[in-house]
Amino acid sequence: MRQTWDFHGGIHPPENKTQSTQQSIRKAGIPQYLYLPLSQHIGQPAAPVVAIGQQVKKGDMIAEAVGPVSVPVHAPTSGTVIAIEDHQVPHPSGLTDSCIVIETDGLDEWKECIPCENYEELEPAEILERVRQAGIAGLGGAGFPTAIKLHPPRNDKVNSLILNAAECEPYITADDMLMRERAHEVIGGLEIMAFILQPEECLIGIEDNKPEAVAALREAAKDTQIEIVVIPTKYPSGGEKQLIKILTGLEVPNGHIPADIGVMCQNVGTSAAVYRAIRHGEPLVSRITTVTGEAVEQPANFETLLGTPLSFLLNQAGFNAAKASRVLMGGPMMGFALTSTDIPVVKTTNCLLAATQKEFPEPPPEQPCIRCGMCAEACPAELLPQQLFWFAKAQEFEKAEMHNLFDCIECGACSYVCPSSIPLVQYYRYSKSQIRIARLDQEKSDKARERFEFRQTRLQREQEEKEAKRKARAEAAAKAQAARAAEAQAAEDPKKAAVAEAVKRAQAKRQQQAAPEVDLAELESNVQKAKDKLTKVEASLQQAEAEQSDMAEKLRNAVAKNRDRLAFAEQALADARKQSSDTSTTASSASLPAQDSEQLQRSIKRQEDKIATLQNAINDTRNSDPDRANQLQPTLDKSLARLAELKAALGATAPDTPEEQAGPDLEQLQSQVDKAKDKLAMMQGMLEEAQAEDPVDDAKVSKLTRAVEKNHERLAAAEKSLKNAKQQAQQIPGQAKSSPEELEALRNNIDKARDKLVMMQGMLEEAQAESPTDESKIAKLTRAVEKNQERLKAAETAYQNAGGESVDIVN
Amino acid sequence: MALLQITSPHLRGTNRTASVMQWVLLATLPGFVALIWFFGWGVLINVAWAVLLAIGAEATVLRLRKRPVMFYLSDYSALVTAVLLGLALPPFTPWWVTAVGVLFAIVISKQLYGGLGSNPFNPAMVGYALLLVSFPVEMTTHWATPSTLAVQPDFLQTLTYIFTGGGVNIDGVTMATPLDTYKHQVDILTREELTQLPVFGQHVALGWEWVNLGFLAGGLALLWRKIITWHIPVSMLLSLTACSLIIGWDPDQYTPVSIHLLSGATMLGAFFIATDPVTAATSRLGKLYYGAGIGILVYIIRTWGGYPDAVAFAVLLMNFAAPFLDHYTKPRTYGHRKAHRGIKKAD
Ligand code: SF4
Ligand code: SF4
Repeated sequence: MRQTWDFHGGIHPPENKTQSTQQSIRKAGIPQYLYLPLSQHIGQPAAPVVAIGQQVKKGDMIAEAVGPVSVPVHAPTSGTVIAIEDHQVPHPSGLTDSCIVIETDGLDEWKECIPCENYEELEPAEILERVRQAGIAGLGGAGFPTAIKLHPPRNDKVNSLILNAAECEPYITADDMLMRERAHEVIGGLEIMAFILQPEECLIGIEDNKPEAVAALREAAKDTQIEIVVIPTKYPSGGEKQLIKILTGLEVPNGHIPADIGVMCQNVGTSAAVYRAIRHGEPLVSRITTVTGEAVEQPANFETLLGTPLSFLLNQAGFNAAKASRVLMGGPMMGFALTSTDIPVVKTTNCLLAATQKEFPEPPPEQPCIRCGMCAEACPAELLPQQLFWFAKAQEFEKAEMHNLFDCIECGACSYVCPSSIPLVQYYRYSKSQIRIARLDQEKSDKARERFEFRQTRLQREQEEKEAKRKARAEAAAKAQAARAAEAQAAEDPKKAAVAEAVKRAQAKRQQQAAPEVDLAELESNVQKAKDKLTKVEASLQQAEAEQSDMAEKLRNAVAKNRDRLAFAEQALADARKQSSDTSTTASSASLPAQDSEQLQRSIKRQEDKIATLQNAINDTRNSDPDRANQLQPTLDKSLARLAELKAALGATAPDTPEEQAGPDLEQLQSQVDKAKDKLAMMQGMLEEAQAEDPVDDAKVSKLTRAVEKNHERLAAAEKSLKNAKQQAQQIPGQAKSSPEELEALRNNIDKARDKLVMMQGMLEEAQAESPTDESKIAKLTRAVEKNQERLKAAETAYQNAGGESVDIVN
Repeated sequence: MALLQITSPHLRGTNRTASVMQWVLLATLPGFVALIWFFGWGVLINVAWAVLLAIGAEATVLRLRKRPVMFYLSDYSALVTAVLLGLALPPFTPWWVTAVGVLFAIVISKQLYGGLGSNPFNPAMVGYALLLVSFPVEMTTHWATPSTLAVQPDFLQTLTYIFTGGGVNIDGVTMATPLDTYKHQVDILTREELTQLPVFGQHVALGWEWVNLGFLAGGLALLWRKIITWHIPVSMLLSLTACSLIIGWDPDQYTPVSIHLLSGATMLGAFFIATDPVTAATSRLGKLYYGAGIGILVYIIRTWGGYPDAVAFAVLLMNFAAPFLDHYTKPRTYGHRKAHRGIKKAD
């Protein structure tokens, strides 16, 4: 005997199964019309492949699978397709869905089926494809496409293949009868599935209330590895998770499927269908359905064509409409009450239960929960049903979720035992749907937020890119402007050329000021020059001494003076070097010019002294010693030149002459304009941000608005003075094209207009997505978008008129 | 044919709140009879009077709250409260004491909290505790002398005494309970001397042992009918036993375990009062803690407290803890690695 386990809870409702096992399986017959829903399985609905009026044979595919999670639909008998239309389908809420309607011809003529004597010759993939093409979806209840289930994700190894033959719900005997009468089909199908999956063990779990079926299975499974495990009768042992626990002791972890722990469950009916599909090549066109309950005269199991209207099937069993108080599809624990019998049998219809008032009396009124805990004792999922009920009642869905509401399998055991007859499962269904709705809402709003944030970052990025472009353009324009101005000046007006010269000089000077190295070089050359001079004077002195000239005395003075000068120059150079090595270059560069001019003045003074001495010497010696005077003359000349040089240098450091001011003024103004523009852009950015972030903070917004306006004014003023200055400087009459600045401004206008347009479009899109019904808002936004489009166009035209190249329109 | 739109499950068990309550009432019978046998008609009169009051009070409040009177009355819950309180009262309790207790139990501690299922405290025990602190003399000293020790007043005499205070010399027919006696005499007497006292009878505590065995039998019937689960009574009795064996191992100093288990309201408390589903913990583990807590508290209060019996206070104190216990003893749900306990969000 194989070890079995028990699951928590469970109940023993009256079985009421014998009523429908008195007769062998009957054929339900062929109704006049068959209604075949395109969606009898979980997944994508099948797509019709027949035309209205088309003749079909039994087993012909009439709708094909769409996508991987889908199965085809076949004609259950021969006849004519007369419509593809919406018809009520089996669903708790009485939904309608598209169905193919076949008018039967009563001949029940099969299409040609290709049997397969030995499935082991086939590739597993081929078998799976045939199973899929046979339209097989789990016949146990959920209707999940069997081919997909037989091909577990990630190719998880299936250790235990379990055939769920528990059939624990009261009243239902479809599997029981199938096993009793067609055990070889059930076993055959299981063998085929085992061939595909190659499990380590192959089990059939069956409750001990079906001894005949157990015997039949044992007989059919004699020569196989299949193990038949008889388990105690207890509802809901046929629940997939519960059966797995009973047979393997394993629990399917929360949020996983059985394949994750190497287990797979298949239904008895599914197994038989697989067998017929592979062995005989027959698609799934009928199933066994139990018709029972006290409102039918001859309860029995029927082999029913899919699509058979329930009313037809009920009548086969002698339905007494007068006695029936409710008709259920499925069992009494988990089935749902039908609103109409005008709906078809589908692949998952295992039972029709027509009950009388006496059989299923109306539920007694709900009494207060007395927290007796009987529900918790009965719950196979080991939940605390009474807590879930309190939370559902108080609408505390989050707490219900924390109490594992979603692990509830809606088996109904708790409602069954509740002494206060509280419809607990109904509360759970309600909570679950509420939570699902809330989740959907949450998802939606998350998406909207993501969209919004994405748009914000996109806008920001675009803004930054545009700013960078604008700067680059402004720089290029300024350069071009300068070059053009220089050219024009050089060509047209010498005076302008002089101005340009001055500008250049001033620029050079500024550079000089900015760069102490240049200054150092000058000082160095000064030192060198002083040295040269000293050498020369010394040479003259030596000569004079050698000649015993009275010039010697004077020359000696000159040498001394020149020595002083050299020392001074060297000192200046040393100072400058020290200063330049200081890190505070700004300070040094600022103080340098002053020092420089002072030095120069002193040099000039000394040079003048020297010149005076030399001239005296020359005058003195001219008469007495003309040769000597001639010798001294070049020294004097050099000294004079040196004086001139020094004076020039001094002149350059002196304050700018008015003539030179025009140049720096333009530059300065240009930079002012740039600065103003930057500042304006910044303020605008801040303003927009403030508006977006805090639309109600009026004070802040209005403050920023004022700041933006002020900056606008400043910019305008700066631009005006720049323009004036330029006109003064250039005075080029009849200029055909606008200045680059103007073009730039126009260009900016376009950019701005475009930004705004993009923003408005974004807002419009959002509004359409979020509140498609808010027409007034959408209309308003649409108008705004249009207006902005016009503005953009106007800006572009203005730009082109002003001479800008055509603009590439982004969007 | 009218097709009803009712969702699953369509099948319901036969279990009803009323039948649960009826079973509880029925199960009190052995103990009830033993009480009457040993302590006289006063027990019956108390219970009957309490029942009358309870039904009247419940009906009145339901009418005031505009609830369907018969629907709620027929759940028998008021009856259970009244019977349990009536059984706990001393046999010669004056009628107005009973009335105060019952009215307080039904009106304040049950209906004002929202009626059956919503009351956090066991109504019978709330009523009892109120009486104990308000009328200590009537509640502690008026316990009847067992009928085997003295001639009990007959039914009429008892009725007269309860409703008028006359007709019976109360001192002649009352004496302290065994629990009380042992606790107060153990300082002066040895165990041998104590057990010689008539109040302890031949076995454990004259009359009381039969009353307790009667309630035990009724409790077993409830277990058998699956009206209650074993968790609370077993853990309560075990913890009481453990306490009296470990702390009170010396019968020359402390009340022995036999008297703890078989006198006073021990069995009534274990099977009928502590198991009141509305106010007890509900998860299995929670019930075990809950019962154990009651057992320990009963022992502590009986041994060191000022009252002769302690079931009411112990139960009420654990009522406080029940929601907390439930929170931290949630069962492990199928497929979950471990139970989700406490108030943290699940991962
Ligand atoms: S079975 Fe019903 S009355 Fe009892 S605890 Fe559960 S919900 Fe409450
Ligand atoms: S319906 Fe849900 S809560 Fe109730 S017993 Fe079944 S699994 Fe547990």
